[in-house]
Amino acid sequence: MEQLLSEIVAKYNYWIYVVLMMIGFYAMIGKRNLVKKLLGMNIFQTAIILFYVSIGSKRGGGIPIVDKHAAMLHGVDATGVVNPLPHVLMLTAIVVSVSVTGVALAILIRIYRKYDTLEEDEILEKIGR
Amino acid sequence: MNTPNLHLYVLAAPLLTAFAVNLLGRVSRTWIGPLVLGALTFSAGGALMTLLHVLREGAFRYTIGNWQPPLGIELVVDPLSALMLLLVSAVALLATSSALKSVAHELPGREHLFFTLYMILIAGLLGLVLTGDAFNLYVLLEITAITTYGLIAMGSGRAALSSFNYIIMGSIGACFYLLGVGYLYILTGTLNMADIAQILPGLDAPAAIATAFAFLMVGLWVKMGLFPLHVWLPNAYSQAPTGAGAMIAPLMTKVTIYLMIRVMFSIFSPDYTFLAHAGIQAGIVWAASLAIMCASGLALAQRNLRRMLTYILVAEVAYMVGGVWLANGTGITGAILHIVNDAMMTLCLFLAAAAIIYRTGSLEFDRLNGLYRRMPVTMAAFTVGAFSMIGVPPTCGFFSKWYLILGAVRAGHPEFVTALLISSLINAVLFFRIIELAYFQPASDLSRSEPQQAGEAPLLMLSPLLLSAVALVAIGLGSGPLIENIIRLAMPPGFAP
Repeated sequence: MEQLLSEIVAKYNYWIYVVLMMIGFYAMIGKRNLVKKLLGMNIFQTAIILFYVSIGSKRGGGIPIVDKHAAMLHGVDATGVVNPLPHVLMLTAIVVSVSVTGVALAILIRIYRKYDTLEEDEILEKIGR
Repeated sequence: MNTPNLHLYVLAAPLLTAFAVNLLGRVSRTWIGPLVLGALTFSAGGALMTLLHVLREGAFRYTIGNWQPPLGIELVVDPLSALMLLLVSAVALLATSSALKSVAHELPGREHLFFTLYMILIAGLLGLVLTGDAFNLYVLLEITAITTYGLIAMGSGRAALSSFNYIIMGSIGACFYLLGVGYLYILTGTLNMADIAQILPGLDAPAAIATAFAFLMVGLWVKMGLFPLHVWLPNAYSQAPTGAGAMIAPLMTKVTIYLMIRVMFSIFSPDYTFLAHAGIQAGIVWAASLAIMCASGLALAQRNLRRMLTYILVAEVAYMVGGVWLANGTGITGAILHIVNDAMMTLCLFLAAAAIIYRTGSLEFDRLNGLYRRMPVTMAAFTVGAFSMIGVPPTCGFFSKWYLILGAVRAGHPEFVTALLISSLINAVLFFRIIELAYFQPASDLSRSEPQQAGEAPLLMLSPLLLSAVALVAIGLGSGPLIENIIRLAMPPGFAP
């Protein structure tokens, strides 16, 4: 038990990522309201962003901006700075997730205008009629 | 013209045209047709020359902006990607010609918006085919997905709701893929496919590698609509505007299967994919066999031509996944050949559906009566497409199915052979039912009262349909040279047709 606990504490960011991802996944699959589904999708994507950012971080790592002269004299100490690449990748992923959310919201407005509701059950009922 | 940058122009032409269409299309509708067709003709021509160049000189890699890999993003032009480049641009060109008419009919006043998304989607598909970088692939996958969501939502009726469901499922698929890339990045510290492939075999972390592989595969399976992850596909593809459906249905699933082949053989090695985990390979062939049977069964229950075609498409996806996972040269040859053939058959059938819907406004089975008399040329092309889907010899569908069955026999998977045969039988039932309705049943009074139904679709819709029907027979007769000259070179190392 204690071993498990220390395991969780040592890698808490990865555990949070798993928990967030499951919350998002549940909302996407389990909820019947379309906006809640969309929020679930956002939580899911945020979990992945947390995962990537965790990869790059280092204990005691500084920001990856180095002094040019110092770097040319001594080179760059890779242990002293966090890895910037995963952060950069996530900038792209955030752009993707924002645009998907935008498209989804626009489509939700169209659905609401057409059916006057965003509950999936009610929409399906109206279609069936 | 033999510049080393040719494949980049193939990619850039539709992307730049997308913006031109948006700007000039606002000024005048007449600009749209020449711009779109011109750009895609250029792309198709360039893709053909790229393929000939690759066949003559061999595969090459291209770095964009001279940032050297593994840090920079590189494009990989090998025989397989050059073949896919030609396939995508040719299918897009044929589908666009028909879409010009049907969009003007269905979405009057919004053509420039439609074709902006349409051209970006084509550019995204071409990029997916070329890229040699795992993260770049994710971005392009989302570019194609977002444009597809928009295009589908432009349809009428339930299209917006179908598009929303597709967004949810598509995002799950893309996120799984992204997670898989993340695990690979932790393991190797690089995102370049060739670089990952070099580093992976030397690592001793079987659980992490397996996790990455599983995430990548499941992500792509959701994206391609492999049964039972297909639920979003039939609604989305059958309710899209006809012009969009005729391009999305043949290309999206095929390109995703190409990506699966890339992940299996270019990032991971065939040895890892097929041998590292006992039972996985056989299990997936079993799953594909079940998927073929279930999807074909569901197709039987449909009462609308386009919905029926989408369920057949789901079955065809399982053909190709199963074919690749048979893990022998014959099966993989069959799968790659089937990517080409299925893109053309689906294109032919969807173009025929677009022509019918343009004239009659409906694809419900009870409205198809007497169509052979009213639209003989369209229905002749439809019949060729249907025969190819069933697998009647002179058409190309027969040859890829032959290779798939032969591969399954050699690999010792009788269940896959059975599934293929049963699915062909069901296809025969499905299509002969339509042929019977459209050929023998007299036109109903309901449809006779509408005067616009008489006659064929306009030439802009009819000519791509006829071209695709001719291509079905031509590819069928040319299967031998196609396999010998192109697909043999496109096989993963260690496999022969």
